Amino acid sequence: MSAPFEKLPTWVEVGVIPLVNVVVAFLVAGLVVLFIGENPLEAVKILIWGALGFGEGVGFTLFYTTNFIFTGLAVAVAFHAGLFNIGGEGQAYLGGLGVAVAALALDRYVPWWVTLPVATAAAALFGAAWALIPAYLQAKRGSHIVITTIMFNFIASSLMVWLLVDHLSPVGSMQPETRTFEAGGTLPELGGLFHLFGADMGAAPANISIFVALAACVFVYYFIWRTKIGYEIRATGLNPTAAVYAGISTVKITIVTMLVSGGLAGLMALNPVMGDQQRLQIDFVQGAGFVGIAVALMGRAHPVGVVLAAFLFGMLYQGGAELAFDMPTISRDMIVVIQALVILFAGALEHMFRPGIGRAFALMSTSQRERVVAEEERP
Amino acid sequence: MDLTTIVLILDSSVRLATPLLLACLAGLYSERSGIFDIGLEGKMLAGAFFAAAAAYWTGSAWLGLLAAIAASIVLALVHGFASITQRGNQIVSGVAINFLAAGMTALLGQAWFSQGGRTPQLGGDARFGAITLPGAEALRDVPVVGEIYYELISGHNLIVYVAFLMVPLTWWVLFRTRFGLRLRAVGQNPAAVDTAGVSVPFLRYRAVIICGVLTGVAGAYLAIAQSAGFIVNMSAGKGYIALAALIFAKWRPWPAMGACFLFGFLDAVSIRLQGANVPVIGEVPVQFMQALPYILTVILLAGFIGRAVPPKAGGIPYVKER
Repeated sequence: MSAPFEKLPTWVEVGVIPLVNVVVAFLVAGLVVLFIGENPLEAVKILIWGALGFGEGVGFTLFYTTNFIFTGLAVAVAFHAGLFNIGGEGQAYLGGLGVAVAALALDRYVPWWVTLPVATAAAALFGAAWALIPAYLQAKRGSHIVITTIMFNFIASSLMVWLLVDHLSPVGSMQPETRTFEAGGTLPELGGLFHLFGADMGAAPANISIFVALAACVFVYYFIWRTKIGYEIRATGLNPTAAVYAGISTVKITIVTMLVSGGLAGLMALNPVMGDQQRLQIDFVQGAGFVGIAVALMGRAHPVGVVLAAFLFGMLYQGGAELAFDMPTISRDMIVVIQALVILFAGALEHMFRPGIGRAFALMSTSQRERVVAEEERP
Repeated sequence: MDLTTIVLILDSSVRLATPLLLACLAGLYSERSGIFDIGLEGKMLAGAFFAAAAAYWTGSAWLGLLAAIAASIVLALVHGFASITQRGNQIVSGVAINFLAAGMTALLGQAWFSQGGRTPQLGGDARFGAITLPGAEALRDVPVVGEIYYELISGHNLIVYVAFLMVPLTWWVLFRTRFGLRLRAVGQNPAAVDTAGVSVPFLRYRAVIICGVLTGVAGAYLAIAQSAGFIVNMSAGKGYIALAALIFAKWRPWPAMGACFLFGFLDAVSIRLQGANVPVIGEVPVQFMQALPYILTVILLAGFIGRAVPPKAGGIPYVKER
């Protein structure tokens, strides 16, 4: 991408500009609330209380956060190689198939802590496999990864409906879902942990897969910034031509990056399938793959940023449900609007405020100010 | 299968292909000018919502159509501003527009009508009704010709005819006018167009606005011609199918019509074949038929059935003097 703009200090580059972009996105969202005829400040109050004000709310917030950490990391890893993985939705869906296969095979014989690593591996494997074909087509045959991953989202959706309706639902059942997993195929919830802090999680489905998500963050950090292949991925993302001259195989980088990205997206299925519903259902991903795009953009493709952004979107999802309940004119779709605005301002319009911020910053630094002052004083 | 069945399937193929064709031609203008547009879906959805809302309030299908076009142009201009003026990532911008439309239509639908995001049912002048072509009634009983003319060619609403007339018009604009030549050039080599003294941003903005007009019409078709009102997420992936058709047609107008008709036909057949047994193959899963356009597009993109080469400057923001 072109960057025909002046160089700014790092803290402005990674701190101020993204913050301004996100703040503007939320201000515009506030205008939307105002337009509907509600009080935005009141809405924010309800939202924050709904997300963090009581034990069950926090439990739900953490549950959504877990989903978004996985899908956000998936998009972030691809970003580093200059790839835009818009197929998180399909990869997570297939990941669910991996989780279900592992859980259905093992849940009657072993405890959950044996099933979990197998299900984790299966989810990552299935998600990665679904990303492999678009990756191969991009690397070897030059078909655009955005288009192929979009197509693969729809193909995944059709495939899963077919599997669930015709093959995976138990005999005699009309529901397009697998049988409910036994104890060996379900993940412990965080209720005990909440009790340590004297809080009651209620019916919230937050479960230990959040620790898998945090482990994935550590993995991504080491993978991208501390391994040779991570270096090659970043080099390819910054300048593919230079990377080729440096002897980096873009074919290999594309495929490895997409496999990791798809695997991370696939892992997301652990949370809803094993942690919450304890069975494989239609459409359990519920747009988390797309939220990952906003999360990765907002978190600047860094694991720490992704965790923070995922938590913010977790709050939005839980708080948004509360908001829809308390202010019936604002439906839960407000979250989608906010998500869109974050993608728009933090992604597509990321350079919009740069000239202004650059000028403001220039005025703040002394040498620049002196020059400006000197110029103004010139007769 | 007798003639009547075939005619009926083709008839519903035409109906199902119409919104695809309009969106596909919309994408054609935009992408030929070098602006990738995966936001077709969102613009179509916004068009559908505002068409239904305006038609409900005014009772006029025409005002509904105008509102659809206006809403769609606004989103197109957002995309244009992000990708032409701000040189942002066009894919990211398109994704944002899709979400913005999905969220806003459901949100405003709920806030304005309180029917779970739907608009109230429309009827009478608030919809585009079927048009009976001259002589259709008279020819109705003539075997074969009458049946085809009465069922297949006559009896659609205005937008269907407009959509199919847009095909030769688009061909003429793109390949026989100065504007078309420049539009195609700016998608291949914007620097050359710039050197010739033609404004790259202005050309691209015009292409993006045409794209907005056409997706608006496509949306209006969904809400006030094909159906009688807006329902949440009513575009249901049609924008992406249109995108697939555009690639399938290799960014050319006549093949675009062929691709859209093919995808419309697959849709019509899959509705009809639900649970039916096909000779030789056996029962074809409906889901497979629904996924077929996407599968075909992936195969095409992989270069197994001819190559689809997008406009060279597509997706790359133009920076003067670098």
